[in-house]
Amino acid sequence: MPRRPHIAVSRAIQIQGLRYRYPDGTQALDGIDFHLDAGESVALFGANGSGKTTFVLHLNGLLRGEGAIEICGLPLADATLEQIRSKVGVVFQDSDEQLFMPTVLEDVAFGPLNLGLSPDDALTRARTVLKRVGMAHALERAPYHLSAGEKKRVAIAGVLAMDPEILVLDEPTTFLDPPTRRDLLTLLRSLPQSKVVVTHDANLARALTTRAVFFDQGKIAGEGEVIEVIQRFHWEYS
Amino acid sequence: MHHLVIDRWSRGSSPLHQRDPRAKLAALLVFLIVLSTTRPAAQAAFAGYAVLLFLAANLAGLPIGGLIGRAALVLPFSATFALLTWWSGDSLRALSLAEKSFLSGMAALLLVGTTPLTGWTAALESWRVPRMLILVIQFVYRYLFVIAEQAQRMRWAALCRGSHKGSKTGSFRLAAGLVGVLFARSWQRADGIYHAMLARGFRGRFVPAAPVPFRSSDAVFFFTCLAGCLAVRILL
Repeated sequence: MPRRPHIAVSRAIQIQGLRYRYPDGTQALDGIDFHLDAGESVALFGANGSGKTTFVLHLNGLLRGEGAIEICGLPLADATLEQIRSKVGVVFQDSDEQLFMPTVLEDVAFGPLNLGLSPDDALTRARTVLKRVGMAHALERAPYHLSAGEKKRVAIAGVLAMDPEILVLDEPTTFLDPPTRRDLLTLLRSLPQSKVVVTHDANLARALTTRAVFFDQGKIAGEGEVIEVIQRFHWEYS
Repeated sequence: MHHLVIDRWSRGSSPLHQRDPRAKLAALLVFLIVLSTTRPAAQAAFAGYAVLLFLAANLAGLPIGGLIGRAALVLPFSATFALLTWWSGDSLRALSLAEKSFLSGMAALLLVGTTPLTGWTAALESWRVPRMLILVIQFVYRYLFVIAEQAQRMRWAALCRGSHKGSKTGSFRLAAGLVGVLFARSWQRADGIYHAMLARGFRGRFVPAAPVPFRSSDAVFFFTCLAGCLAVRILL
């Protein structure tokens, strides 16, 4: 594999020796070393139950395992949790879990209000972000009246409204039809943030990320350029 | 996708829809107090209250038949007490019990049918109703759709595997299983929602958006309702 030239870049994420065991005894993560450079996008591959989602839940302290985690130079600790959650935006696999407010506008304003913005500023920011993701027409609609693609866009808007430096996307194309996937991909490619994308979709990974990491039984089994990882681990239907 | 009819009603633009939720909530409270303190013998007053509600429904552009049908859902509950009262020999009180519960249900439906959930929960919040209670109302309302759809999908899956051919005992067992799985999934979903809230900086309390100003037309609406209720109560 050709080595990339060493360039001094700032690290968005730096993780060493991350271990996590669920209360039922399952060792979900077993010594993960991982890094993400600022502006880089990486895909996380692996079978169901290999630890990908558990891993990304550590990135903003939703789960706390053993090991060292640094986000944009900040060590993950109780004192830095609030700052880190404003830097790492997580878009969950199931949009219904993420859209819990009665209207789209209120849902997107939820994060900025928690960051301490005034109601006027939070609502202005929410409107701006909704316009950016193409959902400006749905401000007063209830989230449960939206289609799967619209829900995903609003969920992304809710995270973008917090102005994060890193976007974590857990299976972003699940439940979406091909045209909606295409539109979502266009939107995600236009976002400048560093991205960690958990996906089974090799096409999405190829289009959106430059590097891939393969998880197997809580460990990183391999990493490298996306195409190389796909071929090495036979990560395609045919 | 299921659409709750009342939710659709609440997004209207009639004069009643445009009133401040606090004014409508106060009017509902007045109506319920006046209704509950009306003597069972004052049957003309009950007719008067019904006329007031029908006028309001008409003003709001809500379907009278739909309102009556939904308000009648409370009758099986109040009918139990009404029947007991009937058997004890007080038929007039029994009738008034049923009338009061039906009219109360109708009035509450008018409020939620002309005010989006966000509006009337914000009104409750401005009245210092415990935040936890409001949160529970909002979440139940929000996730009722999701859970109902999940229940329907599970029912369809059971039907596809021939559940309709089983005995009644088997049906009960199946229903118990579905409820159990639904409960476990709801629990998992609650956990997921909490994670999503934490990820967006939730620190135990919802930060409210700016409240809508209470206008003079809202005060006029409230006092008109108050006068109407009192007039029926005193004159009929």
